[in-house]
Order: sequence, then C-alpha cells, then structure tokens
Amino acid sequence: MFDKYIIDPASVANTGPADAPTGFSFTTKLGYYRGLGLSMVEDLKVSIDGEALPREAIRFDEGEGPLTLDEMETAFDRRWPFGAPATITVAHPGGFPAGEHRLALQQRLRISYMPFPSFNNDEKVISL
Amino acid sequence: MTSKIKRGISLYSFQEEMFLGKMSVEDCVAFGASIGAPGIEILPEQNMPTFPNITDAQVGEWRDMLARHGAHFTCYDMFLDTKRRKDRVMTDEEQVESIHRDLILANRLGIRNMRILIFVRPDILEKCVPMAEKLDVHMGVEVHAPWHLEHAWILRTIEVADRLGTRHLGILPDMGIFMKHYPPAFRARFERQGARPEVAQFIVDQHEQKVMCEYTIFEVAVKMQGNKAEVAMAETLRHAPYANPRRIGDYAPYFRHIQAKFYEMNEDCTDPALAYDEVIPALVKAGWEGTLSSEYEGNRWIQDVHEVDSREQVRRQHIMFERLIAKAEAELA
Repeated sequence: MFDKYIIDPASVANTGPADAPTGFSFTTKLGYYRGLGLSMVEDLKVSIDGEALPREAIRFDEGEGPLTLDEMETAFDRRWPFGAPATITVAHPGGFPAGEHRLALQQRLRISYMPFPSFNNDEKVISL
Repeated sequence: MTSKIKRGISLYSFQEEMFLGKMSVEDCVAFGASIGAPGIEILPEQNMPTFPNITDAQVGEWRDMLARHGAHFTCYDMFLDTKRRKDRVMTDEEQVESIHRDLILANRLGIRNMRILIFVRPDILEKCVPMAEKLDVHMGVEVHAPWHLEHAWILRTIEVADRLGTRHLGILPDMGIFMKHYPPAFRARFERQGARPEVAQFIVDQHEQKVMCEYTIFEVAVKMQGNKAEVAMAETLRHAPYANPRRIGDYAPYFRHIQAKFYEMNEDCTDPALAYDEVIPALVKAGWEGTLSSEYEGNRWIQDVHEVDSREQVRRQHIMFERLIAKAEAELA
C-alpha cells in the first residue's frame, strides 16, 4: 500500500571514514498502515543492481539502537511505529558504489490475520 | 421519521497523507468535524506512536484535542498479533490477555465500540465477554469481504452472542461486502499494469452478472492465457462479494458501528461500486442508530499516477450520506 515510499532516496549515505567507507545507510518506513512489533519484521532484503547483500551485513534501528535481523526476531518490547523512519545500515566495504545504481529493499512482514507473509518492495536509482 | 444515524470518519481514511507527514491526526479530526462527521474511529496501533504504553496524560491530550474540535471517539480498531513469535502461535490465554489490554485502553479513552479483526476466534471472544461487559465496550467482529453477513464464520459469533444473551458481542460490518459493481479505480490500475481493455471488460461483465469468481478466474488464466495483470484483476473477484442489503434489518441489533469502506467517489458524489443507495435505506428503515464511519481505501489504487486527496474523497462520501439519509427519511415519512 506504500511500496513506492519505503526507501527515502535522499537519505542514502556512506558510513565510516570518507576516504574508506565501511558501508552505507538509508532510512525506510514500514510499508503498512499501522505500526508493528519488530519481532514480526521477518526479513529486510537489501540489494544493489539486483544482487542481494548478505543478511548478516544488515542492521536495523528504529531509534532504540541497532539490531541484527536475528536479534529483531526476539525484540518483543520494540515497535516500528506507523510512518516513522528507521535506519538500515549495511556493512559493505567501499560504501555504496559510485555512479548510478539501483538500491532495492524488500520488507517481509508476518501479519497475523493474513494467511501468507506480506511483502513490500521498493527500488530507487541512487547516485552518490 | 428522522433517522438517528450519525456520521464520522476513520483515521484509516487519511493513511496516505499521515504516512507522508502531510496531515497530522489533529488535521484529520478537524477535517471530519468540518464536514459534519465528528465521530472519530481510531487505530491506536497507527495513531498512537507509543502504543501499547499510553499514559494518563496522553489520554487526556487526546480527549482535549477531540473536544477542541467538537469531536468524539466512536470506535477503537484492535489488532491481535497471534504470530508475534516466530516459534509458536499465541496461546489462548495470551490472546485473551491482549484483547483485555485493548478493552482497557478503549475504556480509558472513553470508547464504547471495538472493531475486532475477523480472524479472531469466536471462542476467544466468548472468554472476553465478561471484561467487555464490565468496561461497557461492544466487541464487533468486522464483517469484511470476502466474508459477508451470513457467512458461517460470522454466524458463529452471532450464535455465541445469542447464547450468552450479551449486548457486548456482535458484529461490525465493513461496507466492502456490498460491492454491486466492480470498482473503476481497480480496473484502471490493472489496465495501467498491462491488462488488455477487452479482458478487463470481460472481468467487469462477469462481476456485474455475479458469476461465481472461480469461473472467471479460470476463463482468464487458462482459456484466455491472461497476463499477470489480467489474472491478478480476475483474482480480486474472490474478495468482491455483493451481500444482500435486504438482510441488514435482521442483523442491525448486532452492530452499533459501520466501517463505511469505499475506493473512489464520482465527482457527482455517488459511489460507482458499493451499493450505499440500497444499504442506507435499509439502515434507516431498521431504525439503526450507530455511526457511518468513512473508511477510504482508494490511495493504493491511484498513487502510481496521481496525488491522493483523501479529504476530497471523504467529503464527497458524506455529501452522499446526507443525501441518501434524507431521501430514505422522506420516503418513510
């Protein structure tokens, strides 16, 4: 319902030293009409030009401190509120590649009343 | 006769603008009040960022804000995260505890109607009836497409309510169950995604004739070798029931609030898809006294091509409500 808005293209930035970036980060909103407990965010798949980055390289922070995706599974006391930006940081030596590249995000959510998982997909062309 | 039907809005209607930070909750409340729809339906998990931890001070701020605009709460939309844990489903006790949490918050906010998600089991709700009675909150199971008023799953809730003789368990119809015509907004989006006009027309014609959806899906997917957009469009028919508006009177004692779902209003303030022109006379005739609460769900069908204007859509729906209620009153006088 909000797929086209879930990546904020203006937020993409490298992390680590400017001359030797260790990765990149960007902000994302939950593609759902309400907030959700972090334990129900089953997966955040980040890819560049169609190539998925390793799950272990991803950290999520809705404002309470970074978590691995495995840690999110049991973060029962934390929620991602509706319409609120959260930060995804990806360990990616060299940072986001120079020039124009496609950054994609897939959020896989476990919505209790639905018989199947919910997927939200967005892709933005980024030029850092 | 003068109908006692009241008008309101669900904050769900403004999800596009709120998600994008273009409207605040207070903007939505003020808008509802400005069009004579001061009844506010809230989704705490959408509209209260600190949910489920809501202080008394926050409750006070909400009540003050509504009072500033001459508005009042009508309904609390609950959720139940039975799949909160990856390794197992919530136990029955945990489900009851979660619903109790919501009933208590509804009561603190001064709300007397709760929308219960349709997938919640009737036997779980039965266990919640004592708390609902104590707090005087009506639990209405959302009758949402593809279910409908007389679906066997819904009749289970009616059976529990009758057996207990309680006035705090019933239903809460979502008007999407009265889809008399296929929504033009759906069709237009599928055509933008590549559905051929003649196939889209076939699907619309089949729905118009109320052909059972599986026939149409097979025709489109197999016989016509439909493309992805065409098959997806045909599959929406699984969620497009046209329940019989004449049965509303039979069920009116079981509901106190209506989610007035709609997908897009015409410029002349008529609904091209949902049979409000049949539903509202039935509600007036039944002497029903609850709130028609706008639930605009058109944003996701048009946001790929133009900016969403939820206010304009909701405004048009309320002009339709005023017109249809007045007409039904005059006809019954």
